Amino acid sequence: MIKTPQELIAARDSVREHFFNGWTRIRVGMATCGLAGGAGKLFEAIREQNEKNNYGFFVAETGCNGACFLEPLVDVVLPGQGRITYANMKPSDIENLLLLTFGGRVYTKKAVARATSEHLLSDDTEIPYLQGVIQPDVQKVPPYSEAPFFKNQVRIALRNCGIIDPTSLDEYIAFGGYAGAAKALTQLQPEDVIDEIKRSGLRGRGGGGFPTGRKWEACRKANGAARFVICNADEGDPGAYMDRSIIEGDPHSIIEGMIIGAYAIGARIGYVYVREEYPLAVKRMRLAVQQAEAAGLLGENIFGSGFDFRIRISRGAGAFVCGEETGLIASIEGNAGTPRQRPPYPAQSGLWGMPTNINNVETWNNVPVIITRGAGWFSSIGTPSSKGTKVFSLVGKAKRVGLVEVPMGTSLREVVEQIGGGIQDGGEFKALQTGGPSGGCIPAAHLDCPVDYETLTSLGSMMGSGGMIVMDSRTCMVEMARYFLAFLKEESCGKCVPCREGTLRMLETLSAICEGRGRPEHLDLLKELSEAMADGSLCALGGSAPNPVRSTLHFFEEEYRAHIEERRCPARVCKALIEYQVVRESCTGCGACARVCPVKAAFGKKKAPHEINNGLCTRCGLCADACKFKAIKVA
Amino acid sequence: MNNYSENARVNSAVTGVLGRYPDEPASLIGVLQDVQEELHYLPRVALEQIAHGLSVPRNQVYHVATFFKAFSLTPRGRHTIHICCGTACHLKGAGMIAEAIQSTLKTGDGETTEDGSFTVQTVRCLGCCSLAPAIMIDREVYGEVVPRALRRILGKYWEAESA
Repeated sequence: MIKTPQELIAARDSVREHFFNGWTRIRVGMATCGLAGGAGKLFEAIREQNEKNNYGFFVAETGCNGACFLEPLVDVVLPGQGRITYANMKPSDIENLLLLTFGGRVYTKKAVARATSEHLLSDDTEIPYLQGVIQPDVQKVPPYSEAPFFKNQVRIALRNCGIIDPTSLDEYIAFGGYAGAAKALTQLQPEDVIDEIKRSGLRGRGGGGFPTGRKWEACRKANGAARFVICNADEGDPGAYMDRSIIEGDPHSIIEGMIIGAYAIGARIGYVYVREEYPLAVKRMRLAVQQAEAAGLLGENIFGSGFDFRIRISRGAGAFVCGEETGLIASIEGNAGTPRQRPPYPAQSGLWGMPTNINNVETWNNVPVIITRGAGWFSSIGTPSSKGTKVFSLVGKAKRVGLVEVPMGTSLREVVEQIGGGIQDGGEFKALQTGGPSGGCIPAAHLDCPVDYETLTSLGSMMGSGGMIVMDSRTCMVEMARYFLAFLKEESCGKCVPCREGTLRMLETLSAICEGRGRPEHLDLLKELSEAMADGSLCALGGSAPNPVRSTLHFFEEEYRAHIEERRCPARVCKALIEYQVVRESCTGCGACARVCPVKAAFGKKKAPHEINNGLCTRCGLCADACKFKAIKVA
Repeated sequence: MNNYSENARVNSAVTGVLGRYPDEPASLIGVLQDVQEELHYLPRVALEQIAHGLSVPRNQVYHVATFFKAFSLTPRGRHTIHICCGTACHLKGAGMIAEAIQSTLKTGDGETTEDGSFTVQTVRCLGCCSLAPAIMIDREVYGEVVPRALRRILGKYWEAESA
């Protein structure tokens, strides 16, 4: 039990000593992405070998350090030498890895980066692993500060992800956890906490970018018999997964942020609304809440301050619109998640009609360090209007994909080219899609723009939750717009006409263009519909639904025209406008295409060049995937 | 299985789930989720029992059960294949994966195979964008899926079924 700030410090120091005192520790990155890459088998293999050979290593799991392209990842702390990160590990690597580690050496074949110390952000201390001289083996591994994926990143939200064991409250405390809550509850008045958050310039990381401190203040000042805080972990934007990663890798940071926010606002109950598609996140969050309760960090009289706070977990059931505040509240109340008219805003009348404050995962996770380090420190990072850092999920056709955290104001080019390493397979950059399905596509000409809330909005896109999807020349922008509208039409709750009918009509029009039935007047129709939807929709889903169409029409109108006027898809994606053909010279007649073709459109004699009957072909592409000789081309 | 024993099975499952939640309307979604997980669908008798147990009007239970994608009023397969159709997966060929799975299993989106082993469902995003294209079978995620790997992945479940 931790009853006072002094007890917290004592717990922190004792775990810290254990953490850095020279035991060999092995960590396997076991967030969902690591597990999908095979981390579960690795973990078992390491445990088995460790026991069999009596190595006596500490083996534990950790979250994701963001470098998803290197999964599965294994970290080894070599006593006195530092933390060494191994990438793309296979079970067959384990025997050698452990043998070398036991001899105090490095498995250089797969070592990608090393840390000689850990910077504990919460109290700004640097604790070295290093004692004595660095061994020649270790020296061969590049430090994190030189690794291309990591060197330009500044990590606040991801401060603990991939370093600590997310199932260990002790390690979170060792890295300065709960110090922010202790300070807020025992040294600051609620108004001081709100003031600190206001001065830090923190803005909502879930999409809207509303100033967090002002939101808290409005809720505190509203009349109500009770108040609630909610963590929106219904990360719905396809292409964004930082919230999942933060919950899976550092769940206590969210609980701590919520304790501080609840104290400032005057709430005694908080809800975490997690989407059900994230089973591991639900599990980690449940465990973290239980641990915090058992330690007295949630419950009655936290830190002896007289403040009581509890957290309940609510699972989403698969509806994009529940990311919208009023839809989310309806869902927690046990109703269908349809949004309602605002005002009144949730700050006045939210859950059960009481003042309610909703922030997303990344916002809550930023709060504890703002309290320990101060508003001045936080606001020194970023741009005049957008403070701090933002986590982006850099995915799509970039070489290095994963979660990257950079200061606000960093240029898009730096993120895509320096951190992401440019386009994979030697392709050509075409556009960067940001802001989720209701965001926009930014072309190469604007890559030097800084990322902040205002700039992205002025480019017809938005910050959203931070998805950054890199598109290359093989991506059709009309088809992308159609994809987003199909998504939004499906997720529109149907309550208001502009959104329900608008998304449907837009989808029909875009489908017509993609299918070679486009007419010149369709472009004007799309523009007109965009305006009506933006003006007339009830909530942000409908209001921003035209964005993908508007931005692609603005930057890539020639591509729309090629579809309409020439019946041609320049990126060779739209099925009605392409054909699959066999390159006779490359075809060996192996018959792989004929075997996989579901409609028997690919045919030919054994060992003779095959053919594709384009009358039967459904353009599914399975033949091209099956061909080992790259003998099937799209024309 | 006859109707009587089926109803008894549903009844005991729902009673078990209701026991874990407070008797209040706010428990509705959690209860539906747990019943769905246990029975793989929400039969009519279950909805009626839940409405009664939580003192929620039956029309509201039906509204919620049909609003959210996680719920199904018809029986689902013993395994559910979620095909991610998020932006990154779409860009990297999720459409082709969906077609390959559906043609291998001879089902459409949201449908269940004849033998009741698999339900195939496209979902908006599994949050594994760096591993695109991704699919999730039950709770296990598979990344960087290519059509030719599908038989191997599905084979594991077929084997378990026939064992």
